[in-house]
Amino acid sequence: MHNGILLTAAGWIRDILTFLFGNELLVNILMTLVGIGAIISVILTSAIVFTYAERKVCAFMQVRIGPNRVGGRFGLLQPVADMLKLMSKEDIIPNGCDRVVWSLSPMLLFVPSALIYSFFPFDDGAILADVNVGLFLLLAISSQAVLPFLMGGYASNSKYAMIGGMRTVAQMLSYEAPMAFSLIGVVMLTGSMKMSAIVEAQATHTWFVLLQPIAFVIYLITATAETNRTPFDLVEDESEIVAGPFTEYSGMRWALFFLAEYANLLSISILTTTLFLGGWHGPVLPGAVWFWLKVLVMIFVFMWFRWTFPRTRIDQMLSFSWKVLLPLALVNMLLTGVGIYLYQSLC
Amino acid sequence: MEVVDLVPPELKNNVVVTSVDALFKWARSNSIWPLSSGLACCAIEMMSTAAARFDLARFGYEVFRPCPRQSDLLIVAGTLTWKMAPPLIRLYEEMPEPKYVIAMGSCAIAGGPFADSYSVVPGIDEVLPVDVYIPGCPPRPEALIDGMLKLREKIQHPERVEKTKEQVANG
Repeated sequence: MHNGILLTAAGWIRDILTFLFGNELLVNILMTLVGIGAIISVILTSAIVFTYAERKVCAFMQVRIGPNRVGGRFGLLQPVADMLKLMSKEDIIPNGCDRVVWSLSPMLLFVPSALIYSFFPFDDGAILADVNVGLFLLLAISSQAVLPFLMGGYASNSKYAMIGGMRTVAQMLSYEAPMAFSLIGVVMLTGSMKMSAIVEAQATHTWFVLLQPIAFVIYLITATAETNRTPFDLVEDESEIVAGPFTEYSGMRWALFFLAEYANLLSISILTTTLFLGGWHGPVLPGAVWFWLKVLVMIFVFMWFRWTFPRTRIDQMLSFSWKVLLPLALVNMLLTGVGIYLYQSLC
Repeated sequence: MEVVDLVPPELKNNVVVTSVDALFKWARSNSIWPLSSGLACCAIEMMSTAAARFDLARFGYEVFRPCPRQSDLLIVAGTLTWKMAPPLIRLYEEMPEPKYVIAMGSCAIAGGPFADSYSVVPGIDEVLPVDVYIPGCPPRPEALIDGMLKLREKIQHPERVEKTKEQVANG
C-alpha cells in the first residue's frame, strides 16, 4: 500500500533534517516537534476559520447574508478583526477572585483539548501517538476538561459563574457515561482500542455508522453535549446565568475559552469521522483529502444542530442522559454482543 | 486612549506607532460587539436590526454578548428611569475599555415624551458618556445601522469628531 500524502511530506522533512543535522536522535526529536507544531497550527487556524463559518452558517440558516463588508465581499477578514480587537481589550481581574486559579483556568482548558489531537489518525500512518489504549486514553484526557470550567466558575467570585461551573460539571459528567458506553460497541467490533486498528477495521468491513447506528446517534447527541453546543449549551445560558463560567473573563482570556471550544468542536468531528465514518479511507482521492472532507461535513452537521434546535432545560437534559441515553447505550452493547456471537457461530 | 498617547513626549521623534494604531482602529471599528440590553420599545427595533430583513451581521456587529465583560458597545435602547439608572451605570462600568455608548431614540437622548416626568432621566448623557445619538421614536433599524456606521467612522477618525466640535463651537 502506498503512503498517504501527509506521510510523504513528513518523509521529505525528515530527509531535509537528516541532510542538515545528520544525528538520528536529534532528527527524531525535531520530527516530533514538527508534528506538534502542525497540530497546534491546525487548531489555531480552525478556530479562526470556524468562527467565520459559524457566523455564515448561522446567517444562511436565518435567511440572512452574514459578514460581507470587512475584507472583500465575503467578509473574510471578520475573524481577524475580532481577534485583534479582543487582543486590544482591557484585561479586567475582578475584585475578590482567586487570582491564580482564575487565570490558570483558560490555559488549563486548552491543554486537554489540544492533547487529544495526538491520538487522531489524520492519514495513513499520520498519527502522533498510536498507543494500544488510544480510545480509552482519549476519553480519559478529554474528560479532564471539566475541571477548568469548575475552576473558572469557582474562582470568579460571582454567583452566575459559580452556578455555571456547577452546571458544567453536572452536564459533562452525566454525558461522559453514555458516550463511553456507546463507543464500547465500536471497540467490541474492532477488538482493539488502537485508533489505527479501528480505521483499518472499517476499511476491511464497512463504516461503523452502518453497523452501529444506535451508537452513532447516542454518540452524536453526547458529543453535542460534551462540546457545550446548543441544544445543550446550558453552560453559557445567557437568559439564566449571563455567560456561565466565562462571566468575569474579558478580552484575551475569554478568547482562550473560545479557542478551546472550537478545538473541541474540531476534535469531536474528527472523532466521529475516525470511529464511525471510516477515517481517512475513500476511493480515488488521497486519504488526507477524504479525512478533511468528512470532518468538514461533520462540523457542518454540528453547526446545523446549533442553529436549528432550541435550548433544553437543565433537568430535562440530565434526566434525558441518565434515563434514556444510558439504558439505550447498554442495550446497544447487548445487541452488539449477540450480533458478534451469531456472526461468529454462523460463519 | 490610543497607542500614540502612551509614548512619552521626549521619545515622540524616535518611536513610530502609527501602523499599530491604524491596525487596532480598523479592528475595533469593524468588530463592535453590543451588549444585549434593552430598556423599552427601542429594543424591539434593535432586535429587528439583527434579524433577517436588516441583518446587522453584514458589518460584523451582530455578536450580541450577554455579558458586559465581553462587549464593546452599550446601546441604551429606550426610556431610562432613575430607578434603572444605577444598574445601567454598573453595566457600563463593568465593560472593558475601549467602550462606547449609543443613545437610541428620543427617550435616551432627552427623555422623549417623558421629559417632564419625575421618574425619567432627561437624556442619558446626564449619567453616561454618549458617543452617538440616534433620533427617532423609535428609530428605524436603518437608523441604528447608520448610527453604528457613524460610530465606526468616529473610531477610525477621531480627529474628524474634534474638527466638528471646533466648528460647532465657532458657530
